[in-house]
Parts: sequence; structure tokens; C-alpha cells
Amino acid sequence: MVDENADQPASSDAEAHQAAVAARRPTAAENETQRRTTRRQAISIGVAVSPFGIAFGVTCAKAGLTWLQAAGFSSLVFTGGTQFAAVGVLAEHGAAAAAITAGLLLAIRSLAYGVVMAPALQGRWWKRALWSHVMIDEAMAVGTAHDDLVLRRYGYLWAGGSVFVLWNLATVAGAVLGNASEVWISRLGVDGTIPASFLALVWNRLQDPVQRWVATVGAAISIVAVPIAPAGMPIILAGLAVGISPFIGRRGRLPAATTR
Amino acid sequence: MNAGWIVLIGLTTGVYALKAAGPLLLGNRPLPKIVNAAASLLPAALLSALVMANTFAGGKHLQVDARVFGLVAAAIALQRKANFIVVIVAAAIATALARWAGGVL
Repeated sequence: MVDENADQPASSDAEAHQAAVAARRPTAAENETQRRTTRRQAISIGVAVSPFGIAFGVTCAKAGLTWLQAAGFSSLVFTGGTQFAAVGVLAEHGAAAAAITAGLLLAIRSLAYGVVMAPALQGRWWKRALWSHVMIDEAMAVGTAHDDLVLRRYGYLWAGGSVFVLWNLATVAGAVLGNASEVWISRLGVDGTIPASFLALVWNRLQDPVQRWVATVGAAISIVAVPIAPAGMPIILAGLAVGISPFIGRRGRLPAATTR
Repeated sequence: MNAGWIVLIGLTTGVYALKAAGPLLLGNRPLPKIVNAAASLLPAALLSALVMANTFAGGKHLQVDARVFGLVAAAIALQRKANFIVVIVAAAIATALARWAGGVL
């Protein structure tokens, strides 16, 4: 972009980028609409995972854990895949070390999420430390639906908070009440809502050709990896799909981050 | 019971370390361009993997079941620009119906 007030053309990519960013910054009304949509997504996704929270509580009871331990997992570990994997090992009378290993394998993706979210989570170290606790699939998903860093953090925190509250309530309910939650999850098709949620949150990205390619290759990697890789690896291996982007070309690539 | 507490403590620290490493180590400083570029594409890869794994995985093997119908219903709803709640309710209904039909037929 040429700055018509200057004697020479815009001297750097940075200036052109900032001008484009300023032109794209949303109005106050648009901002509020986006925030409302984000809150709705955050709460909906929290509701969607609650039945699994109940199932986790039930699984803990079956594995001989107390409701306090179940609550401990859901509040302190607070990562669905990890929780199910670890308690699953304990239910089979596996060793603590095996349960921890299984749990950590399913948490490797959190590291990738943290790298993706880091630019949006800027602030004092203790704030970042606190915000990091909700670095889960759903928070990453709702957050990264926005390129704007302020909205990204908004979505991340709302989704993380929503899931935290609902997941923990559901866990205690499941552990204390114990019921045929698995049957009801199956009958009401609740397990279908989880992939649907993630699809909804990635959908807009699929407009861009580069993102679409990366998504397709990522999907292919994960499918191939499920039968052959250890639990938790398919997701993180799919991250390798970003490596194809230099081979696709520069058409329509979304900016890495827009405003602060 | 002891194993339960050991696992809880082990995972609390381990998982938190993984979650916080990015924001604590990288926060408050701009990422190198190439990392930023990769990070902007990671959500597409990770989210599509989450979609696939949550649709087709049954433990350690692939499994095609009623969830596929839920995914298709979600895709149709999204194509028609339905809002988030409609999308997930449509997916739930499609999954439940497919499962019920599979049981009946």
C-alpha cells in the first residue's frame, strides 16, 4: 500500500500491514456482536462436553476413586482426554506410572495449543500462569476462531471458563450419583456433538485455500495415525500438516495475528 | 487409593507444565515470523484432526458409526450458515436417529 502523504512509497511491510490492520479493525457494534457469538459458542461447547464430565465421574467411581479424587482430576488436571486415559489405566489396575504416562501423552497437544495461544495471552506472568490452566481443546478452538488477539483471548477464556465450571459440576454429579450416562450419551447422540463443535469452529478457516489444504492433510494424518500411533498422538501428529504450506503458494493466506 | 493420589499429583504438575510452557516462555515477546506463520496454520490442522478423531476413532481402531451422520448433518447446517447451537443440535439428532435406526434395522 502506498502512503500518499509520503515522499516515497511505504517503506516497509510493517507499515502496510498496520494500515491493513487498521482498515480491518471492527467497529464497536461488530465487536459486541462477535463477542456475543463467542459467548454463545463458549457456553454451548461447555454444555456439549458436560455429559462426558458425568461419564468421567462415573468412570472414577467404577475405578474405585472417591468423588474428591474425581473432582481433583477435573479441577486440577482439567484435560478430558488425559483424565479418561489415566483413570482408564487405574480401572484396569495399571500402575500409577503407566497412568501418568498415558495421561501425559494425551496432553502433549496442550503444548502446541500454548504456542498458538501465547501471543493472545500476553500480560503479567501470573496472569499468563493462571490463564494457561484452561489450555484445552475447546478453549483453543473457540479462541482461534478469531484472528484478532483481543477477541482470541476473550473466546479462549470464556470457553475455558465455561467448560471448567460445567465439566467440574458434571464430574461431581457423575461420581456421586453414578448412572447409565454412557447409555444416554449414546441414545441422545451427544457424542456426535463433539466433532460437530470442532467442525463449526474450523469451518470459516476452510474458506482459505492454504488453510483448507492444511486441514485436509491434518485430517488424513490423524486418520492414518489412529490405528498405528499411541493414544493422543494422532492429534499432535496432524500438526505436522502445517509443513506443507510452503509448497502451496501464497494465495489468500490469513495474517498470523491482527491487533493486540 | 494411593495410586489415585499419586497419579493426580503427577498429572497435575505434568499437564500444567505442558499447558503453560507456551504462554510463560513465549508470552510478552513477539514470535519469530516463521513460528508465527506455523502457529497461524496449526489450528486448522489440529481442529480437523479433532474432528476426525472424535468421529472415527473407537479406542485404538477406526470405527464408522452413527457419528458420521452427525458430522454430515453438522456440515450441511454449516453450509447453510446455521448458528453454533443449531449445528450441534442437528448433529446430536442425526447421530441419535442413525444409531436408533441401526439398532432397529
